Amino acid sequence: MSIEALAKDIAKIIGKENVLTKDADRQSYSYDSAVLEPVIPAMVVRPTEVEQLGLLTKRFYDAGVPMTVRGAGTNLSGGTIPDSTDSVVILTNSLNKVLEINEEDLYAVVETGVVTSVLAAAAAKKNLFYPPDPGSQSISTIGGNIAENAGGLRGLKYGVTKDYVMGIEFFDAEGEFIKSGARTVKCVTGYNLAGLMVQSEGTLGIISKAILKLVPPPKASKAMMAVFDDLIKASEAVAAIIAAHVVPCTMEFLDNTTIVMVDDYTKIGLPRDAAAILLIELDGHPAQVEDETNTTIEVLKKCGATNVVLAKDQAEKMKLWEARRMALPVLARAKPTTVLEDATVPRSKIPDMMRGIESVANKYNLTIGTFGHAGDGNLHPTILCDKRDKAEFHRVEEAIDDLFDIALKLGGTLSGEHGIGTAKAQWLEKETSKGTILFSKKLRKALDPKSLLNPTKQVNMYE
Amino acid sequence: MSDLKELAKKLESLDDQIISCMKCGLCQPVCPIFNSTMQEADVARGKLALIDNLSKHILTDADALAEKLERCLMCGSCQAACPPGVEIMDIFMKAREVVFGYVGLPLIKKLIFRQMLAKTWLFNTAMRVGAPLSRLVFWKTNKDHGTYSAPLLSPIIGKRHVRPLPLTPLHVAVGAMDTPAGSSGIKVAFFSGCVGDKMYVDMSKACLKVLDHHGVGVYMPKSFPCCGLPAIVSGDADGVLKQLKPSLDLLMKGEFDYLITPCGSCTATLKEFWPKYAPRLSKEYGEYAEGLEHKVMDINAFLINVLKVESKPTKAGAVKVTYHDSCHLRKSLGVISEPRKVIGLSGEYEFIEMANAEKCCGSGGSFSLAYHDISLDIGMRKRQDVTESGAEIVAMGCPACMIQIEDVLSQKGDKVRVKHTIELYAESLDK
Repeated sequence: MSIEALAKDIAKIIGKENVLTKDADRQSYSYDSAVLEPVIPAMVVRPTEVEQLGLLTKRFYDAGVPMTVRGAGTNLSGGTIPDSTDSVVILTNSLNKVLEINEEDLYAVVETGVVTSVLAAAAAKKNLFYPPDPGSQSISTIGGNIAENAGGLRGLKYGVTKDYVMGIEFFDAEGEFIKSGARTVKCVTGYNLAGLMVQSEGTLGIISKAILKLVPPPKASKAMMAVFDDLIKASEAVAAIIAAHVVPCTMEFLDNTTIVMVDDYTKIGLPRDAAAILLIELDGHPAQVEDETNTTIEVLKKCGATNVVLAKDQAEKMKLWEARRMALPVLARAKPTTVLEDATVPRSKIPDMMRGIESVANKYNLTIGTFGHAGDGNLHPTILCDKRDKAEFHRVEEAIDDLFDIALKLGGTLSGEHGIGTAKAQWLEKETSKGTILFSKKLRKALDPKSLLNPTKQVNMYE
Repeated sequence: MSDLKELAKKLESLDDQIISCMKCGLCQPVCPIFNSTMQEADVARGKLALIDNLSKHILTDADALAEKLERCLMCGSCQAACPPGVEIMDIFMKAREVVFGYVGLPLIKKLIFRQMLAKTWLFNTAMRVGAPLSRLVFWKTNKDHGTYSAPLLSPIIGKRHVRPLPLTPLHVAVGAMDTPAGSSGIKVAFFSGCVGDKMYVDMSKACLKVLDHHGVGVYMPKSFPCCGLPAIVSGDADGVLKQLKPSLDLLMKGEFDYLITPCGSCTATLKEFWPKYAPRLSKEYGEYAEGLEHKVMDINAFLINVLKVESKPTKAGAVKVTYHDSCHLRKSLGVISEPRKVIGLSGEYEFIEMANAEKCCGSGGSFSLAYHDISLDIGMRKRQDVTESGAEIVAMGCPACMIQIEDVLSQKGDKVRVKHTIELYAESLDK
């Protein structure tokens, strides 16, 4: 069937205003947030009811058209870039109803296209808390968060998206409806297919709805900044705080390059000589927060912090966090292209990773600012470059190769939270094994014999 | 210009600005149009990609790009939220000029921008004839707002509720003014804006009353041409220059310390866009336009930052007033706290912040004519925030927003009244 005929057929299901075939419309779904080449799809469809997802998938499967599901298109590894110019993009951002916030059983039921911060706000309205807070939370959709297993700043204490998924409804490649998990804390009915869908990057099925865990919000919080003249001391402090059985809700790290650039831009008076600063927030019951604040300050000082600044009120807390909030915007303004990496290591290895990043920056003559989630070893070395400068960008690609090698040697991983997509697919075997790649391919071939669901993501089904 | 290659080349000059877009998508949640249509081509990230594609010959449909560029309120919300600080408004202005120039400006727009809005006498005559005639087709529809609708004109103006055009515009009711500085020792030029001259005349009179009350001298020629914003956003540089020169002529004849307007959009145009057109003017005019940048000021900011008017304690039983941020005031000029302070000056009003005060009302000048459905959808969301605030009055600092918000409140039969912040302050001076 020609793409025109298919478009007409699809329009009967979802209305012709929801089938985009014009050049300008298709071109605006050729990219996501990853620094990768765009690929223009043949068609873009926007279902407005979750049931339509199954009908659409069946039509595309029968017609042999590759499918890429897209929520908000904020993916940092190319997961929502179409695989080929024959692909269709299935938009889920109109499937955006919050169906239920349950205050007695502490869960939410949402459609796949609900924006993360909209769910968080709906939960907060009923005095409940949805903790995962990826950097793109005001844009990203829950379906995308699940497909990528999105993380965020609160990962250390509260976990990541997978820790909040209680159940998922989805459609497989051929449009069959699948339901896994329940509204109950315990559920061992059938395979844990909901778990399999987490982090599947649109390769195993198309998520339509999710049941997500909510928790009571913390009653109190305290924020502080600790200044270090030595990276190793900062990293030891991170481990020592956790060894003292204090688990901060966030423990963020900024390196000297980032500190100086943020201070240049904001003039907020950051310690420009510091090798690193840690921004720590503790939350929980007021008495516990107070107790843990004392312990944390004690540990920080023992580990050699040259200064610890405790925020006295909300305004001071906002001011402390300003440095972290401005890290990416400031780095992004320095050069035309910003390559944001997320290689992750066990937190005790942060000093080794930082030394590795520094040596890579020197070796390839690149500016790399590093900030990130020190508590869980998830750093964001951010390479500042200009992709139009071919020679420089080639050095960037080599630098990324080296960074992955270093992270893997330290027992770390290619990606803490941005995903594999097409950006990191070529390194997957290096971290895992040949068998892992084969197993993944066999799994996908069995579930999607024509290899039509995001075929080049994670493992390339065309190879 | 009819050659697509030439158009592509012109757009290529924007590459250095567009390249900074990291495609993070943070323009999505703040874009009023995207929130209404959920289409990527309606948000800055999509539009920037399409401009880039045309410059690289990936997109060859210039009409489609023109249409996408037109679907924008130019509210600047995306730029204010952009992490790498891409100069989105500047890129869109430049792209509009070359792309609309390529596909051709509709004749009606050319006539309006280059003739009517540039020639004050023509605009004034048209409106003076039009005002009484309009009463033949506009019927009073909502007595709380004093708004009218015109079912016979619905193919053109939809079901809008608008205030009737007063029979006596400001330039007739007040005429030219040139009063010396009083007790404040300050003299200002007062630029009412077209809506302030022809529609919200009482609002302009309130501004003059407040300036007089504080001993501020006023220079106001009989009537200024349009500030040029409609032509600027339509990419009609010829029209802009035709309107700009007579305005500058009038200003050059007066002496003043500040150039004050009660319209957020006019202020932003005079302060930010006029200097951008300066290089296309003769040296004398160009230097004068650039020099104005430091003199142009919103009237709320003038009251608070220059006159330093102090607020009185809020009286018991004060009327609850909420505030809507005009995009130009907040996002272009950074005038955020001043209008809120003006509401609290007299003690007669209790200021309450509504949810989403910073979000665009969907007016966007001619955008609301071309894309009425989207504009109305955005406006209705603003209406919900206004009514949920519990305020009796919603105040703002831009007449264009006043038209839009009065329309949506009137259509839904809400009792909340719409006022300019200065009107509230002026009324309190009598109490």
